[in-house]
Amino acid sequence: MTNLFGASGATGKLFDAFSGAATSLSGPLPDPSTDAGWSTEHPKRVGFFTDTSVCIGCKACEVACKEWNLVPDDGTDASDLYRLTGMSYDNTGDLGASTWRHVAFIEDVRPHGSATAAHGGPPSGVPVDAATGFLPTGLPAVTDGAPSSPTLRAPRDAATAPAPGETVDLLALLPDSGAHGQQTPDDERDVRWLMSSDVCKHCTHAGCLDVCPTGALFRTEFGTVVVQDDICNGCGYCVPSCPYGVIDVREDDGGAHKCTLCYDRLGAGMEPACAKACPTNSIQFGDLDELQAAADARLAELHGRGVTEARLYGRDPDDGVGGDGAFFLLLDEPEVYGMPPDPIVTTRDLPEMWRNAALTAVGLGAAVVAAFWGGRK
Amino acid sequence: MTDANPAEMPQRSRVDHDAVTPRRGSRRRGRGEELQVPEAEFRSYYGRPIIKAPVWKNPDVPLYLFLGGLAATSSGLGALGGATDRPTLRRTGRLAAAAGAAGGTVFLIHDLHRPARFLHMLRVFKPTSPLSVGTWILSPFATLAAATAASEVTGLFRRAGDASGAVAAVIGPALGTYTAVLFSNTAVPTWHEAHRELPIVFAGSAAAAGGGMGLVGASVRDNVPAARLAVAGAVVELAAGEFMERKLGLLGDVYQKGRAHTLMRASKACLAAGAVGAVLGRRRRWSAALSGLALMAGSALTRFGVFDAGIASANDPAHIVVPQRERIRQRQATTGTEVAPPDRTFA
Ligand code: SF4
Ligand code: SF4
Ligand code: SF4
Repeated sequence: MTNLFGASGATGKLFDAFSGAATSLSGPLPDPSTDAGWSTEHPKRVGFFTDTSVCIGCKACEVACKEWNLVPDDGTDASDLYRLTGMSYDNTGDLGASTWRHVAFIEDVRPHGSATAAHGGPPSGVPVDAATGFLPTGLPAVTDGAPSSPTLRAPRDAATAPAPGETVDLLALLPDSGAHGQQTPDDERDVRWLMSSDVCKHCTHAGCLDVCPTGALFRTEFGTVVVQDDICNGCGYCVPSCPYGVIDVREDDGGAHKCTLCYDRLGAGMEPACAKACPTNSIQFGDLDELQAAADARLAELHGRGVTEARLYGRDPDDGVGGDGAFFLLLDEPEVYGMPPDPIVTTRDLPEMWRNAALTAVGLGAAVVAAFWGGRK
Repeated sequence: MTDANPAEMPQRSRVDHDAVTPRRGSRRRGRGEELQVPEAEFRSYYGRPIIKAPVWKNPDVPLYLFLGGLAATSSGLGALGGATDRPTLRRTGRLAAAAGAAGGTVFLIHDLHRPARFLHMLRVFKPTSPLSVGTWILSPFATLAAATAASEVTGLFRRAGDASGAVAAVIGPALGTYTAVLFSNTAVPTWHEAHRELPIVFAGSAAAAGGGMGLVGASVRDNVPAARLAVAGAVVELAAGEFMERKLGLLGDVYQKGRAHTLMRASKACLAAGAVGAVLGRRRRWSAALSGLALMAGSALTRFGVFDAGIASANDPAHIVVPQRERIRQRQATTGTEVAPPDRTFA
């Protein structure tokens, strides 16, 4: 049972930390559960594939997560009566102790027709969408009253679609906001919306788990990373050690909290609440290897349709965290969605840090001894 | 943790929106001024922080680092002071080691958001967690230092007191440097990228603090080792700190502005003044004590400065995006592969 509390995983890593053999601190790791001390009989590693190209920003995932896991009010900006961030339709802001799913909403406003030119121009041979100036994406602009892809729907009512060749001005559909001042429909700006439901990545090499001094954070038999609330003493070390800024300490109960990938539901053979609630299948739950295959196929499909900006994030087992258990298909650079472009688990460098600190400690001891050199004067 | 001052959000996003409300604004004093990076150099999600800033409490954690460093070198001065017939240095060292360790432990426990569960730290030993290792260093050290001090004060069990003092002195240096790993082993860019220099800065800081305490407490007859250690520590701390700030490059900007800048400047002034004072004024009781106080203040200010710099760094999306983009660029240059799709690459 020790493995339930991360203890045997820690012992397993004892050798690595001091020998400098970094195999379990970074790099690809096919089976993190066994590495953490589970018997090889454990269930397959599960995860999320969040395909943001079909997300409609409905936030059903946020709500379902809150309801199932009894996550309290996130207390965002108590100074603000309506708790509006004032930056977009995203009034949640970021992941935190009481926000385990966060739907990012990016309103990309650019001068009309400049969308692609301003970003280095379209790759040769890829047609630029005449209506928006954007490259075609998973959310294609409507130019003829019908979505350009049968499987995807445009984000607005077909009744408002313009006649062929006419410019789409989504700004006209937006409410006036202080941030932008008075808006009148014009031909000068293009708007693109990106939506993405962010979540704990359940990293193969999880910084939060590695640094937790109590063993409250542990690797489950499903390969996910979970906090045991009755063990956590609120030391807060996990918080700055997550390269994605996911886990946080809740002010009122002092404990660290984050997505559990619905550990309780998994145990009962159910899928996580967010995936269950998502109406577009943007959040897909399943065995990680199957999700990875599905994601690769989806990426190839989008690229084949000219959506060259589609990319997978967290899919690569060779990346700085050994790949994510929850990974994404994005339509722009990760930092646009608030995610680090090239995260590395902090403990990758820990063996070197321990060596440096040990050497420095020896030097400090020698300095104390040397201060007594020559006896008394 | 809720926001206190939305106006301080750095406005550096490529996405053209203005009102941005950081959730951890209260700990971000002094940010949000001049753009260090030209706007087009990075993109972000409405300029919001990407990683979470430490929720460690201020002044608890910086004071814990300072007191730990003070205790670390004081234990050595106490033990060797006893062995070389310097009774006032022995006494000062032993008492400072015990007080520093006890005070540090109090701050460490108070820093927990669930202090009653401090002992949960001792249910595992995890080399991958510097906080776990540190707890296992601090606990025996504090116990031994307390026993030594008790023997010193009561005059009982002198032999045992000498022995426990000697063991504490051997553990001491680890207590003085592990805290650098504690900070470096986070995703906070300014701390993590300084993982080679930070132990040296902290070791110098520990020597300046312990030596400074020795100058305050020991007689003129006994204070030579304390003065030497303090001056050496101050010099190392000043040099290594300067080197660290330069080597950090872009990530060093947090030391150039805001409260971290003020703290580091004050720290340098105190260390320099204290070191000069220790060299020139060691032979007079009052000037030795004054120099010692300045050195201790310098050491403490460094800890506060490094702490603040880390908070500012964690809250700055540029510190995450720009170096990571550069890493990707270099990787692509070496492997000759295009990772990012061409349409969104930025100059
Ligand atoms: S390091 Fe962050 S993203 Fe990875 S498992 Fe921990 S909380 Fe989740
Ligand atoms: S806050 Fe809790 S979960 Fe996080 S590192 Fe500390 S003990 Fe572990
Ligand atoms: S991921 Fe699904 S549930 Fe969440 S906002 Fe997008 S479409 Fe809605």
